[in-house]
Amino acid sequence: MSAAQDDVKAPKVDAATSVIDIENLSLTFKTNDGPVHALSKIDLSVKAGEFVSLIGPSGCGKTTLLRVIADLEQPTSGDVTINDMSPHEARMQRGYGYVFQAAALYPWRTIARNIALPLEIMGLDKAEQDKRIAANIELVDLQGFENKYPWQLSGGMQQRASIARALAVEPDLLLMDEPFGALDEIVRDHLNEQLLRLWAKSGKTVVFVTHSIPEAVFLSTKIVVMSPRPGRIHDIIDSDLPKDRDLDIRDSKAFLDLTHRVRVGLRAGQER
Amino acid sequence: MSLRTTLATIAFAGALAGLLLPLGAARSIVWGAGIWGGGVATVFAVLAVALAAILRSGRADTSGQGVARIVLGGLILLPHLGALALIAMLKDMSGAAGLGYWALVIAAWALAWLLVDALANRDGWNWLSRFVLALVVPALFGVWLLILWEILVRGLGVPTVLLPPPSMIGVRFAASVPTLWADFQQTFLKAVLIGYVMGCGAGFLTAIAIDRSPFLQRGLLPIGNLASALPIVGVAPIMVMWFGFDWHSKAAVVVIMTFFPMLVNTVTGLAASSAMQRDLMKTYGAGYWPTLIKLRLPEALPFIFNALKINSTLAMIGAIVAEFFGTPIVGMGFRISTEVGRMNVDMVWAEIAVAALAGSLFYGAITLIERAVTFWHPSMRST
Repeated sequence: MSAAQDDVKAPKVDAATSVIDIENLSLTFKTNDGPVHALSKIDLSVKAGEFVSLIGPSGCGKTTLLRVIADLEQPTSGDVTINDMSPHEARMQRGYGYVFQAAALYPWRTIARNIALPLEIMGLDKAEQDKRIAANIELVDLQGFENKYPWQLSGGMQQRASIARALAVEPDLLLMDEPFGALDEIVRDHLNEQLLRLWAKSGKTVVFVTHSIPEAVFLSTKIVVMSPRPGRIHDIIDSDLPKDRDLDIRDSKAFLDLTHRVRVGLRAGQER
Repeated sequence: MSLRTTLATIAFAGALAGLLLPLGAARSIVWGAGIWGGGVATVFAVLAVALAAILRSGRADTSGQGVARIVLGGLILLPHLGALALIAMLKDMSGAAGLGYWALVIAAWALAWLLVDALANRDGWNWLSRFVLALVVPALFGVWLLILWEILVRGLGVPTVLLPPPSMIGVRFAASVPTLWADFQQTFLKAVLIGYVMGCGAGFLTAIAIDRSPFLQRGLLPIGNLASALPIVGVAPIMVMWFGFDWHSKAAVVVIMTFFPMLVNTVTGLAASSAMQRDLMKTYGAGYWPTLIKLRLPEALPFIFNALKINSTLAMIGAIVAEFFGTPIVGMGFRISTEVGRMNVDMVWAEIAVAALAGSLFYGAITLIERAVTFWHPSMRST
C-alpha cells in the first residue's frame, strides 16, 4: 500500500477549523400540490477530519442537504460556506468528491478511463492522470480490472470504482449519498470497513448519508439524526467510539448504547 | 411425423409422380426432355428412399454416420444438378410444362429444404466452418428463390413484361455493365452519398443548436417537422428548378429527406443521459461542451445510428424518385423511368438489382460501424 498511501494528501487544516458551516438553511420545493418544505432551519458545522453521518427516514431531506452542500440544489434561504467559499465556488474548484447512490460509471469507458474522467475535465497531463489512476485503483483494491468495462463487474466493484473516481480528484471533503444502499449486507460490511480505513489513513472529511443505524454508528464520529415534514435536524450525537475500529465493535456495549440513542432519536423525531 | 420425414415423403412422391405423369403438353414433348426427366426422377427417388432409411434407423453407430455423410453429399449435389436439368428442359416447353414436371420441381424443392434444414442444425467445429455455415444457409435460400422464380415464370409462360426470369435479367445485366456503372456513379456516388452526408450533418448540427438554445427549440423543431412532411413528388421538381438538371437537385432532395430523422433522433439522444450522470459532470465543474462531448454525445450514439440507418434507405429512394422529374440522360431513376416506357422490363430489374445491392451494402456498412462504436450498449453486448 505504500505508494498509494504517499499519494493521499495529509489533512491541510488543523482539527478545529470548520470545513462546512450551515446557518439557518431552508429549502422549499414548489410543486403542483403546493410548497414542500424539504429543509427547515438547518444549523450544522462539520470540522476538518470528522466523519459525519446524516441519518433519517426517507423524506427527511438528508440527500437534499447533501445536494445543497454540493451545489446541486439551491437553498431558499440561509447560508452555506465550504472552506470559506460558497458551494458554487467550491464546486467549480473541485473542492469535494461526490459519490452517488449508484456507481454512475460510463459504460463506454473502461474502469481506468472512468477514473480518468474528472482528471480529463481538470486538464491534468497524461502522466499525472496515470499516476492518480494507478494509486486510486490500488486504494480500492481493483488491480487487474483497469481495462474491464463497468458492466463486466459486480455491483460492489462498480461502487468501489466510483469511490476511486471521486478520490482521484484528491478532495479534502468527500460527500457520499447512500453509496452502499443497493448492495447486500456482506459486501456492505466489507466496504464499510475499507472506507473507515481509507478515512483514517487520509484524514479526509466525510459527510455520509444513510438510513442504516448500524452503518451510521459504525462509521461516524458525529451522527446527525434528521426527521421529516419539514426536514430538520432532530439531534446531533457525538460518538465516543475509538477512531480505530473494526466490525467486532458492533457487539460492544458502547456501540449498542449509541445505536439505542440513535433509534430513540429517530422514533422521537418521527412522532413529533 | 417430423418435418424431415414429411419432406422426404414429399420428395419421394414427387419423384414417383415425375416418372409416371407426362412431363409436358403432348405436342411439345421431346424425347431428350423425356430422358432427362426420367433420369432426374430416378435419382431423386433413390435419394429420398436413402433419406427415409436414415431417418428410420436414427443416428446410431459410426457406419450410420458414414452413410449419413454420403446422403448429405447427395443432398448438396443432386437437387442443384436436378434444378439445372429442369431449367434446361424448359427450353423445349416454355409455358407448356405438364404435371410430371411440376411434381419433379416440388421434389427438388423438398430436397433443398431438407438440405437447408440439415445445415441449419449443424454446429461448426471451428470459427471458419461456423462462418461458412452462417453464409451458406441464407445463400442457399436466395439461390432457391431465384431457381423457383426462373422455373415458375418460364414453366407457366408468364409474359416477360410482367415478370422476366432471373436469367434474362442476368444476361441484360452482364450486357449493360457500363451503362449500369454510369447510372450508379450518377445516382449513388454523387446524389445519394453527398446528399446523405449533407442531410445527416445538417440534422446533427441543427440538433446541437436546438439543444444549446431554447429559442431555436421553439422555432426550428416545427420547421424541421414541416420539412419532413413535404411530399417528395412536390419538392423534387422545385429542386430541379432551383439547382438544375444534374445531380445537385437530387442531392438537395436527399438532404430534405434525411434531415428530419437525424434531427429528431439526435435531439432525443441528447436527452438520453440520466440526471445522475449529468449531476456527476456538474460536481466536476464541467461546462456545456465537456458534458456534451464526454457524456451526452456518447449516450446519444445509438439514436444517431438509428437515424443513419433509416436515412441510408431514405436517401436511395429520394435520389431515384427525384430523377423522374428531370435529369441528364444518365442515372438509375432516369433509366428506370425510360426503360419502363420502352417495355424493357429486364433493364428495369437490372437497375433494381443494383439499387438493392448498393442499398444493402450501405446499410450493412453502417451496421458494422455501429457495432464497433456502441459495443457498450446493452443491445450490443455479447457478455
